[in-house]
Amino acid sequence: MREQKNIFYNIDWKTVGLYFALVAIGWINIYASVYNDQHKYIFDFSQNYGKQMIWIICAIVISLIILMTDIKFFPTFSYFIYAFVLVLLVAVLFLGNATGGHRSWFLIGNFKLQPSEFAKFATCLAIAKYLSTLSIKIKDVKTKLVSFLIIGLPAILIIFQGDVGSSIVYVAFIFVLYREGLSGNVMLFGVLAILLFILALLINQFIIIGVLAGITLILFFYIRKRKKEIFILIGSFVLIAGFVFSVNFAHDKILKPHQKDRIDVLIGKEVDLKGIGYNVNQSKIAIGSGGFWGKGFLQGTQTKYNFVPAQSTDFIFCTVGEEWGFVGSTVVVVLYVLLFLRIIMLSERQRSTYGRIYGYSVASILFFHFMINVAMTIGLAPVIGIPLPFISYGGSSLWAFTILIFVFVKQDANRLQLL
Amino acid sequence: MKAPYTDRKYVINAIILSIGVICVFRLFYLQVIDNSYKISANKNVLRYITEFPARGLVYDRNGKLLVYNEATYDLMVMPREVKNVDTAELCKLINISKETFKLRMERAKNYSSYVPSIFEREISKETYGFLQEKLYKFTGFYVQARTLRKYPLSIAAHLLGYIGEVSPEIIIKDNYYKPGDYIGVSGLERSYEKALRGEKGLKVMMYDAFNKEKGSFRNGMYDSVSVAGEDLYTTIDADIQAYGEKLMANKRGSIVAIEPSTGEILAMVSSPTYDPNLLSGHDWSKNYYLLASDNKQKPLFNRALMAQYPPGSTFKLVNALIGQQLGVLRENTRYPCSLGFHMGNINVKCHSHPSPLDLEHAIEISCNSYFCYNFKAIIERSGFGDTRDAFNKWRSLVMSFGFGKRFDDDLCNELSGNIPTPEHYDIIHGKNKWRALSIISLGIGQGEILETPLQLANLAAILANHGYYYIPHIVKGLGKSKIIDKKFADKKSVAIDEKYFDIVLQGMHQSVEAGTGTGAKIEGVEMAGKTGTAQNPHGEDHSVFILIAPINNPKIVVSVVVENGGWGATWAVPIASLIVEKYLKGKIKREDLEKRMFEGSVRY
Repeated sequence: MREQKNIFYNIDWKTVGLYFALVAIGWINIYASVYNDQHKYIFDFSQNYGKQMIWIICAIVISLIILMTDIKFFPTFSYFIYAFVLVLLVAVLFLGNATGGHRSWFLIGNFKLQPSEFAKFATCLAIAKYLSTLSIKIKDVKTKLVSFLIIGLPAILIIFQGDVGSSIVYVAFIFVLYREGLSGNVMLFGVLAILLFILALLINQFIIIGVLAGITLILFFYIRKRKKEIFILIGSFVLIAGFVFSVNFAHDKILKPHQKDRIDVLIGKEVDLKGIGYNVNQSKIAIGSGGFWGKGFLQGTQTKYNFVPAQSTDFIFCTVGEEWGFVGSTVVVVLYVLLFLRIIMLSERQRSTYGRIYGYSVASILFFHFMINVAMTIGLAPVIGIPLPFISYGGSSLWAFTILIFVFVKQDANRLQLL
Repeated sequence: MKAPYTDRKYVINAIILSIGVICVFRLFYLQVIDNSYKISANKNVLRYITEFPARGLVYDRNGKLLVYNEATYDLMVMPREVKNVDTAELCKLINISKETFKLRMERAKNYSSYVPSIFEREISKETYGFLQEKLYKFTGFYVQARTLRKYPLSIAAHLLGYIGEVSPEIIIKDNYYKPGDYIGVSGLERSYEKALRGEKGLKVMMYDAFNKEKGSFRNGMYDSVSVAGEDLYTTIDADIQAYGEKLMANKRGSIVAIEPSTGEILAMVSSPTYDPNLLSGHDWSKNYYLLASDNKQKPLFNRALMAQYPPGSTFKLVNALIGQQLGVLRENTRYPCSLGFHMGNINVKCHSHPSPLDLEHAIEISCNSYFCYNFKAIIERSGFGDTRDAFNKWRSLVMSFGFGKRFDDDLCNELSGNIPTPEHYDIIHGKNKWRALSIISLGIGQGEILETPLQLANLAAILANHGYYYIPHIVKGLGKSKIIDKKFADKKSVAIDEKYFDIVLQGMHQSVEAGTGTGAKIEGVEMAGKTGTAQNPHGEDHSVFILIAPINNPKIVVSVVVENGGWGATWAVPIASLIVEKYLKGKIKREDLEKRMFEGSVRY
């Protein structure tokens, strides 16, 4: 084994470059979104952009530390880190600080530490570690159960914090499991379930079931000679019908009012623009008013003047859309897509299963954040309060994403040193 | 060996790519195709703030202020911004009921959620004080300063007119006006609306989501500055106007006083009148309703311009001039009178006096018979073979005095009076079946002739000037440079030679000295006057008088009509005389007469 003199040896500069590009875009837009004449100085720590500057500097320090750690550190301590974060997630339920209905933060001096942000990283480590164990085969029921347990445990704890949005991100691990051999039908069923869910809310459920019954009947005539398949067909029909009936029940009885409203707004059932539809509508106005070229740096009015809620955190993409227009927004989307594809490419070239699975986990987590956040701001997904990686304001999330990505960069740099 | 499931990376890459493409398509739709978001964004941020200019002031001929502006405040509401407002507290502050509140909110919403509309007009200074302190609680409400017209002397209501909220019809026609704006509705406020109103200014301001001002949009690129309205310098003499209104108290009718050398209207009284302050501000609609619904007194009716009376004997002066001009009448022409004019089945009564009379004396004692003969001569002997032609000639001469048409002056709502047409008589008597005798009452100013008091005063001005007049007008200067409309400096001549006026004025002078108008005499002032009695089929006749003073260098001419005042001498003569005394001497010596006029009332 060789000892590296240079911590930058063999690191993938493309990934690092994309990372810094997005961080820089983030800072510029945070600056623009809260800019006012009284506080122009970029290190004004009373303003979000001043603070973000500190978080960025810290993030760079963190990334350097990660690059300096021994290559074996994270694989070795994967379970330990995972366990530690789980303890934090439990602890925050009792000791944490409640803000905005979420009990997700430890208040340390002026800084709010959000363990759920780091839980994603820990889960990535744990699932990579578990699935890279030599004897493991994903086809085994036991493997599936343990995997879902590793993924589900933090997700459930986060739901207990009241932060459903952050827990939804754990669905991202389905990509990882799929890559490692989980049947593609799982994903397909997931997508179908979402479609059916929306349809069931929009259209009278009896019409849906009538249509399904018709399809079942047609299929029945095709396969009537094969008994086993008829069995499956009728079974799935019953299951789907049950699902459709339960959707409305779940929507009306189980979801919290604000969650219900967010879904209603998204599917167009509800158009109260002053009330619950306000956020999405203002977000669309901000982005839509940017036009092709955008209004220009610091020229945005919708975000700066507080029409858009959470304009430097969850809705930061509005500032991009308003000030940089279609061109700027597209550039950001393209940068993200390039980053995801790059990470997947790098993952595929890992020699270790651990490295590959970890890489896929990173890509999936980042992709899910990106997809949900951007889709929310342009009115394609319900309002789910999760940050846009690297761009949204916030120390915890920036550091967590930095750790996530640089641990992978470190793995990749040392991919040739076979474990 | 190929690792298992490697191909699945393509599926995952495809999913990522397609999500990226969906986002870009959606962005393209939002940002490039759909324009509505840009409009919504402007509605969010931009507020168009109108700056109302101060309306021009109005002065009398001596610089006395007749109309000024007083500051007042309107409570405005922007329905979209109204959030968590304590309705009960606001209602209490501006003293309205909750139902009214709801109603007004509805109305404001129906107009527009994004554009502020007036919620409560003209808040008193005290209420404004309280409101200002608590306004921060009422999100979506704010106060806008405005001005209110005030009339310090409380005179000349008809003349000055009033302003009112602009009507929807006008808003459609003229896009300068927006709902809630004020516009001159009558009088000077209307005829000089464009000059008085000035130009509104517009400021485009940016506001944040908390309704906090964020400065001007694009450094004021789209802003315009308001221009104050121009001041009006009127021809009115406030003292004479006020005095005239006092004299006409408890009587119906009007006084018009003109400076004949310029056509400037010195006073224009229409009685009954009202305090112009009543039609300004808060109680406008209540007071307007009260005034408009008084069908008996009709205080809003400007009699000086809109009441049309038969001119009675004052019209004999016109016929005396026309007779001379057409060569059928001379100074020494004598006509008999035997208690009236009797011919065929026509009987026009006259009072008892020596007979026959010459022209001067006929005017002095206002002989009906004399002017019937004169009119007959005009129609039959003026060299036109045909009654119709002669009548048309007479008619055109009459109309050169400004009768039967409007002056095109700067007064609103003026009526034209009436000089009958040949066609009118064709209808009554059959085509060309009428003769001089059929229309003989025109000779003494009765019948179909109608005149306004303004036209009557202008007749006096023509006589005073020996044959010309200037269009009677009420504004002598506009704005700082005191511009005046050129048409008011344009001398209008009547179709009568100057030489024929002396004898008529002589008769009028005699009328004041010894005839029907002796009540007008003022010590040391030589005057010419003519009484009239306008026949009124509905009751007591109207008392009419015109007066020119002094006769040799006329400074003022006055026409007075007192409805149901009976003989000219009873009311119209002394009132005209007092006006002249006040104007020429500055104070009244005949205090008993003045007192009688102040206190006298004419029953009707």
